[in-house]
Amino acid sequence: MNGFYPIFKRELLAYFRSPVAYVFIIIFLAANAGCTFFLGNFYDSQQASLEIFFLFHPWLYLFLIPAVGMRLWSEERRSGTAELLLTFPVRLTTTVFAKFFAAWFFIGIALLLTFPMVWTVYFLGSPDKGPIITGYLGSFLMAGSYLAIASCTSALTKNQVISFILSVNICLVLVLLGWGVLGDTLNSVFPVWISDFVSQFSFTTHYDAIRRGVIDLRDIIYFVSIIVIMLMLNVVVLESHKAS
Amino acid sequence: MIQVHSLSKNFNNFLAVDQVSFEVQKGEVLGFLGPNGAGKSTTMKMLTCFIPPSSGTAEICGFSILENPLEVRNQIGYLPESAPSYDEMLVGEFLRFVAEIRGFSGKELKRRVSIVIDMTSLREVENQMIETLSKGFRQRTSLAQALIHDPPVLILDEPTDGLDPNQKHEVRTLIKNMSEDRTILISTHILEEVDAVCTRAMIISEGRVVGYGTPDELMSQSLYRNSVTVSVNAEDHIPLMNDFNKLDFVYSVEHLPEKRQGLVTMRLFPQNKESIARQLEHYLFSKKIPIEQFVVDRGRMEEVFRELTTNG
Repeated sequence: MNGFYPIFKRELLAYFRSPVAYVFIIIFLAANAGCTFFLGNFYDSQQASLEIFFLFHPWLYLFLIPAVGMRLWSEERRSGTAELLLTFPVRLTTTVFAKFFAAWFFIGIALLLTFPMVWTVYFLGSPDKGPIITGYLGSFLMAGSYLAIASCTSALTKNQVISFILSVNICLVLVLLGWGVLGDTLNSVFPVWISDFVSQFSFTTHYDAIRRGVIDLRDIIYFVSIIVIMLMLNVVVLESHKAS
Repeated sequence: MIQVHSLSKNFNNFLAVDQVSFEVQKGEVLGFLGPNGAGKSTTMKMLTCFIPPSSGTAEICGFSILENPLEVRNQIGYLPESAPSYDEMLVGEFLRFVAEIRGFSGKELKRRVSIVIDMTSLREVENQMIETLSKGFRQRTSLAQALIHDPPVLILDEPTDGLDPNQKHEVRTLIKNMSEDRTILISTHILEEVDAVCTRAMIISEGRVVGYGTPDELMSQSLYRNSVTVSVNAEDHIPLMNDFNKLDFVYSVEHLPEKRQGLVTMRLFPQNKESIARQLEHYLFSKKIPIEQFVVDRGRMEEVFRELTTNG
């Protein structure tokens, strides 16, 4: 893993050197609060839990995470720094993971900054600790999966807009596969196992299980494998770009 | 140090580099010449393991670019074309980042960063953001980055591109000073640079090597090789023109347009591009004709370059 740390550090600092980080964090926090209090009617629910807060994350991430990930590789290719970065004596896999982890770490920071929500529920009542912790864990893992997809699509093109649109669409499909409405439609035509099978590929299915406070190894493996597969694909995409 | 064996690169159906082979020894500076799109940068990208070759291979310090790319990259300091670097970083910070990636830390890292900053005269902009630098400083920042690990092999893609004449001179001096114990490959399309810094030059066109040799060897292919330009006062010139034509070592005489009043300039082309300076000087001396100017041409790189790269 030679070279991991310097690349990770540079990438993370690059977020904070540009307005991207601050704009992202502000929008992320505002959107979270907006969804929880207005769309989710947090006060009307009369519950001291973060369930409503976590409920909206798959939809928020759909736009916010590709916005963070779209520049990961397209920017390096557009500005020509890819040629510098990829001729250092560092394995391509290390570079891909280092850049990914930097962006994931950054999203983690943004997620941690939602801590006033935790205060709020503790102020209002005595919430169950478990679902809060697993909710954050699930949300963070899911964010990583969105990000790995965005990283991979970002390697496909020099154009950040194309990269953004591609990853939003892929993520949307993965969210919708577990959407209740789709499941109901499938059930009305096909046997139940088909909709069950399809929903196993979805973010929402696994995320919902984790955020309810149940940590099942299978759900964690799902997210980790999405990350690993997408990043390996990312490596392949970069290799094949270099070849042609 | 650099050994290239029939390296080729296809992009879809376009043959960018076609069976290029050459060798560069320690202490040599090989100049890579060619029109834009001739395959210079592509060859350099293959040598630095940025892109894989379609066929053929190369060895850098004994390491194969196909089998041992990481070790190859360790041996090379690479300045990519148009000097890309991270705009949002400070110059010093960028160099420390590169040093860290190259595996240095602590005091050694500081020492190396400091050395390359001095070598490339970047001290005054050390704490400036790269984005705000002038082209000359950007170019030197990128050059500093390539030198940080004191590599035995340097591959520099147009190192003097965008520099003013003074900065060009500085960079050339730097390259010359470093060449003694290193192997250097530079690409350029500034032909005077070849004569100034390179021990050997290679001209490529449409992916193929079309000329190879020392700068002097290449220039000897020029039509102007050993031609002599003589300027005399206007009243002396008419008999002289006739006499020159009769000399057996002169192949032809060309009358050049007047540049200074009262002075006539002629260019004498020797038989078989042989050196005629001595014979001519002897002749003029014996005729007691006062000479205002006497210039021997070594040959013109530009003309050789055009000849080799346009006769496809």
